[in-house]
Amino acid sequence: MAEPATATQAAAPVVALLKNELDIVIPTIRNLDFLEMWRPFFQPYHLIIVQDGDPSKTIKVPEGFDYELYNRNDINRILGPKASCISFKDSACRCFGYMVSKKKYIFTIDDDCFVAKDPSGKAINALEQHIKNLLSPSTPFFFNTLYDPFREGADFVRGYPFSLREGVPTAASHGLWLNIPDYDAPTQLVKPLERNTRYVDAVLTIPKGTLFPMCGMNLAFNRELIGPAMYFGLMGDGQPIGRYDDMWAGWCTKVICDHLGLGVKTGLPYIFHSKASNPFVNLRKEYKGIYWQEEIIPFFQQAVLPKDCTTVQKCYIELAKQVKEKLSKVDPYFDKLADAMVTWIEAWDELNPTGPVPNGKAA
Amino acid sequence: MSLSIKDDEIDIVIGALRPDLTSFMNEWRTIFSRFHLIIVKDPDLKEELKIPEGFNLDVYKKPDIDRVVGTSTSTIFSGYSCRYFGYLVSRKKYIISVDDDCYPAKDNKGILVDAVAQHITNLTTPATPFFFNTLYDPFTEGADFVRGYPFSLRSGVQCALSCGLWLNLADYDAPTQALKPEERNSRYVDAVLTVPARTLMPISGINIAFNREVIGPALLPSLRLGGEGKFRWETMEDIWSGMCVKVVCDHLGHGVKTGMPYVWRNDRGDAIASLRKEWEGVKLMEEVVPFFQSVRLSREAKTTEDCVAEVANVVKEQLGSKDPMFARAAKAMVDWVKLWKSVGSST
Repeated sequence: MAEPATATQAAAPVVALLKNELDIVIPTIRNLDFLEMWRPFFQPYHLIIVQDGDPSKTIKVPEGFDYELYNRNDINRILGPKASCISFKDSACRCFGYMVSKKKYIFTIDDDCFVAKDPSGKAINALEQHIKNLLSPSTPFFFNTLYDPFREGADFVRGYPFSLREGVPTAASHGLWLNIPDYDAPTQLVKPLERNTRYVDAVLTIPKGTLFPMCGMNLAFNRELIGPAMYFGLMGDGQPIGRYDDMWAGWCTKVICDHLGLGVKTGLPYIFHSKASNPFVNLRKEYKGIYWQEEIIPFFQQAVLPKDCTTVQKCYIELAKQVKEKLSKVDPYFDKLADAMVTWIEAWDELNPTGPVPNGKAA
Repeated sequence: MSLSIKDDEIDIVIGALRPDLTSFMNEWRTIFSRFHLIIVKDPDLKEELKIPEGFNLDVYKKPDIDRVVGTSTSTIFSGYSCRYFGYLVSRKKYIISVDDDCYPAKDNKGILVDAVAQHITNLTTPATPFFFNTLYDPFTEGADFVRGYPFSLRSGVQCALSCGLWLNLADYDAPTQALKPEERNSRYVDAVLTVPARTLMPISGINIAFNREVIGPALLPSLRLGGEGKFRWETMEDIWSGMCVKVVCDHLGHGVKTGMPYVWRNDRGDAIASLRKEWEGVKLMEEVVPFFQSVRLSREAKTTEDCVAEVANVVKEQLGSKDPMFARAAKAMVDWVKLWKSVGSST
């Protein structure tokens, strides 16, 4: 039976890697008590809190953390009419944090995620593992059977071409969850007691051309390489769908990464996910998504980006165009979403006016 | 979720490259003794085989191979390729094959891994090649499909090939092992996952299992290095065969899994000696990988035999002129399909 770690102090790093280059983005509607447990790992870093829901409520941030906090009023003030692209009453609002950050890397975590233990009982510094994942190359063009060849104690196996052993830059690191697994509502209803107790000691690159369901609970990415693709869509209040924010961002991100020659890793680190949300509430939110994903997945699997899309923004605008062309017929929601995708990029470029950032080579 | 498989649907095929199989067989006894074994002796091996009592097995040596396929053809079964003779003459549905220098491994809890049972579980539960499940094999106890996984893809496809891994001596090439002579694989990764469609990988022959009825003809002896030797560092035959199998599986809609089970691979050989002797295999992969990544089979190729024949044709056309080794490999593939049809098919 998985349990969260308690002895986090003992596992605190001597050196906080990328201390001044990484922001931790946390969406919250309730409180940030969970930060106490993460203190030894997170305290050296700057936090961006995105407060969802009622802006008149005060969210207390535990003492000693360096942070900026944005509520809905702030989002409206900063983005003006473009604020329409940021979801309300849904953790999708977190992507506002990505946009206002000035750092190279982002780590995002949900407020019901705690420090997990590895099989030896040691507290897992999830942030440290994400940083390792992001700072070492990915290998999307050929699968390595011993998983991440850049990890200690592993390497490329016989038959792996040497010309592919340099790898490509890693754009995103997707972590996993012990205890409450990230199941959809129907699965939760059928298996309410299932807990993930399997610690799989692997990090692997998701191969080029393969899509995956990206969960936003425990995720890190290189903002300079892929930031603009991490738009978490229109969810929550006034929208016909919820709990597909991270999925949408993940599919867009993967298509763009594949096009630009960037890598996405999945696997370690694990966090301990403590809260199972109400499956009936989830079902209502996901309901349309369960049908729509049958159309959405083939759309992304077949999406081709033209060679002249050499930046993330250009790729994203092109994707938005294709969403409007091909998915509007599924539901008018996608028409709105395509517009919001464009608004997002406009807002991103306004808040981040440094011009096109260096990317991997377009495929 | 797995079907219940009878023991007599399984053959365990061992290629004997060393004469004394006593400790190998004894170590595997508790796991192997229920099953029928096919032991194929490397036709180049001069010494007599030593095999302990108490197993249900058939042993094939050079004279037997000559009798079945003819003396001119029997050369294709030299070295590690001797196991393919076992695949050819087996009449069982599932085949499990491990190298004769591999022993049962222990998992993270110290429990002996039943590699046969795990391979059979892999082969008899669906594979999911069209969309990646972040919790790995969704059919494993305690796991499932995650949020965002399309429901229409959740029944999966038949798994045709199960690729296991190795603790201790990992399957590195000679340069890699020579650079890190002390490195041993001690990481037990508790996962099985489906290799996504159109993703290729180096499929090692050291620890594999497959559904012979579905893809038997696609595991084949065809690429032979000029200096091929009796250590895995000095071969590429399984890597080549594995690329063919994956392309065929992708085309026919079958799945390939990788991960558990682990076997314990004994230290054997000298990476530096192999390195000095043979660079060929390493250089070859630079051509082989992009080639297989570009292969597209026609709609008319509906059986495994047809697929293999088509791959052979493309090999001949596109690689044949680059190196006579490829031309020979293409011919070997065509010959293999004929051999499979005459000897390998059930009567």
